[in-house]
Amino acid sequence: MKIHEYQGKAILREYGVAVPDGFPAFTVDEAVKVYNKLNSKVAIVKAQIHAGGRGKGGGVKLAHSRDEVERLANELLGMTLVTHQTGPGGKEVQRLLIEQGIDIDRELYAGIVLDRESRKYAFMVSTEGGMEIEKVAAETPEKIIKEWIDPSIGLQSYQLRNLVFGLGLKGTQVKNGIKILNALWKVFVEKDCSLIEINPLVVTKDDNVIALDSKINFDDNGLFRHKELLDLRDTTEEDPAEVEAGKHQLNYIKLDGNVGCMVNGAGLAMATMDIIKLYGGEPANFLDVGGVANAETVANGFKIILSDPNVKTILINIFGGIVRCDRVAQGVINAMETVAVKIPVIVRLEGTNAKEAADLLNNSTLDFLVAHSFEEAAQKSVKAAKEAK
Amino acid sequence: MAILVDNNTRLIIQGFTGHEGSFHGSQIIEYGTKVVGGVTPGKGGQTHRNIPVFNTVSEAKMATDANTSVIFVPPAFAADAIMEAIAAELDLVICITEGIPTKDMVSVNQFLKNKKTRLIGPNCPGVISPGKAKVGIMPGFIHNPGNIGIISRSGTLTYEAVHQISLNGMGQSTSIGIGGDPINGTNFVDALSLFAKDDETEGVVLIGEIGGTAEEDAAQWVIDNNFTKPIVAFIAGRTAPPGRRMGHAGAIIAGGKGTAQDKMAALKATNITVVDNPADIGITMKKLIN
Repeated sequence: MKIHEYQGKAILREYGVAVPDGFPAFTVDEAVKVYNKLNSKVAIVKAQIHAGGRGKGGGVKLAHSRDEVERLANELLGMTLVTHQTGPGGKEVQRLLIEQGIDIDRELYAGIVLDRESRKYAFMVSTEGGMEIEKVAAETPEKIIKEWIDPSIGLQSYQLRNLVFGLGLKGTQVKNGIKILNALWKVFVEKDCSLIEINPLVVTKDDNVIALDSKINFDDNGLFRHKELLDLRDTTEEDPAEVEAGKHQLNYIKLDGNVGCMVNGAGLAMATMDIIKLYGGEPANFLDVGGVANAETVANGFKIILSDPNVKTILINIFGGIVRCDRVAQGVINAMETVAVKIPVIVRLEGTNAKEAADLLNNSTLDFLVAHSFEEAAQKSVKAAKEAK
Repeated sequence: MAILVDNNTRLIIQGFTGHEGSFHGSQIIEYGTKVVGGVTPGKGGQTHRNIPVFNTVSEAKMATDANTSVIFVPPAFAADAIMEAIAAELDLVICITEGIPTKDMVSVNQFLKNKKTRLIGPNCPGVISPGKAKVGIMPGFIHNPGNIGIISRSGTLTYEAVHQISLNGMGQSTSIGIGGDPINGTNFVDALSLFAKDDETEGVVLIGEIGGTAEEDAAQWVIDNNFTKPIVAFIAGRTAPPGRRMGHAGAIIAGGKGTAQDKMAALKATNITVVDNPADIGITMKKLIN
């Protein structure tokens, strides 16, 4: 789960991480009120969307007066912000963060992620703050300093020293740096994060070390331990069809093609997308209906796929194991009777009772295209999508 | 010979009396796997499906001489269940549970170091050696005893591969689902090294997907160890958008890393046969074997 910068900073503040004074604003009025509350002439007006590259995209502005904050809030709220992470469609700005300006001496980077190779967490810092860390890693990997952490042992003091001295911190900066990095780890481990990125982490002219930005993602599998975090979810940042699918325990990801897919199992769902592409089509979505492909899940699947106007045909690819295919077929028939599906539906059911399932589909009055193999299913779907144009 | 599970498997089921454990436990028993006990804390002394239930894994092991465990415990308690089985020094622990927090699995992995236990999963369909033992949730009947080993990060896509192998007149020595999570107990490399030593296994199907570097590691291992049995590989997720988690917690292209293209290139640089079409797995293996 992703959260906004201002929400992340509120958590960081709770854990003793130094962050600039600031508050969120949902309206221009609120933005002005926040500015009046800040004890700082210079303020930063920051668009809050779940994507990086906001500065480059024009979503982060400097203001020197109340009037300027008002003008910028007016300009940013409601604008469509396009960054390298939003895709060409961009995202509408609905929230702002108004913060005090900080006198920056140096911009650094700090991040914590899972390192799948070493099966530990990696704490990374770099002197190249404010840049894309992927770019730093590719071009000047020696400028990234890493420490690996086993959560059952925890982050040790020597590791913190390696990190802050590696960043070239001096004098009181060292103590401030150790304090902030230690607190970041504490947030990471106590909140079941999957990613924390502070870019930039800044050293101020008066030797403070401050988190100027905040990107925090949580491990979805850990959320059951953190009910307090669920309120931070902003579903307006997500695709509405994906939010709707989630309510029905369906795993749906919208893509740009026109062949809708309904599959049981994530691996088979990806392979189904791949084979559609291989035969010259474009998948419209990833949809894993999970282990229970009954009439209700299939009906919900249809509704979600059909909410995408690009979809010209639907391929149902189910490998029935413990779930019998004839039950799935009956589910598909029942779902087709409740949801008006006006585009071709190609069904491929394999596994337990596949033959009985094919008979059921063939004998129904509904118009299915039954496929007897994986490739036939893909070919028929791609053909149907092309003919629909 | 088969690997991991066979006629010598003496299985206990952790979470046996729960909904999932009961349902799949019955199917496992029905397949003919030797299930010697179940573990549900607080229900020790009872019997379930005519099998004795114990409070703890070590108690169950002591009483039944079990060597293998399969775990159907909910995500919040699964890491603890795995560690309990490791502490009881079982040879093999197979965790089916999906949705275990990553942090818990990182700790489990550290706990596992220098222990005798092998962990398969979590978030996997389990392991089957057709005709000998089924320890998991896969449909038993699609499998045939034979000479092809299967290693996969997926569930139903594994069944698809098994089905294709069977359709093409071959069978499986052992089929292993290693799971779709970012941190798991056994990887492609571990499974390949087991198949290397198994005389019965003549060829291996490797089903990978986006995310991580397990496939690249497998490619390097095949080169370093001069593995000569034919391997057919398929990587799912060539059309997956970067930065999105494709169902499995571990199936994500992060920071440009873990793409299907990179994995396929690494595998193709060895003697591994990589198929673009997931429908070609069975037929390709048949050609290589003959």
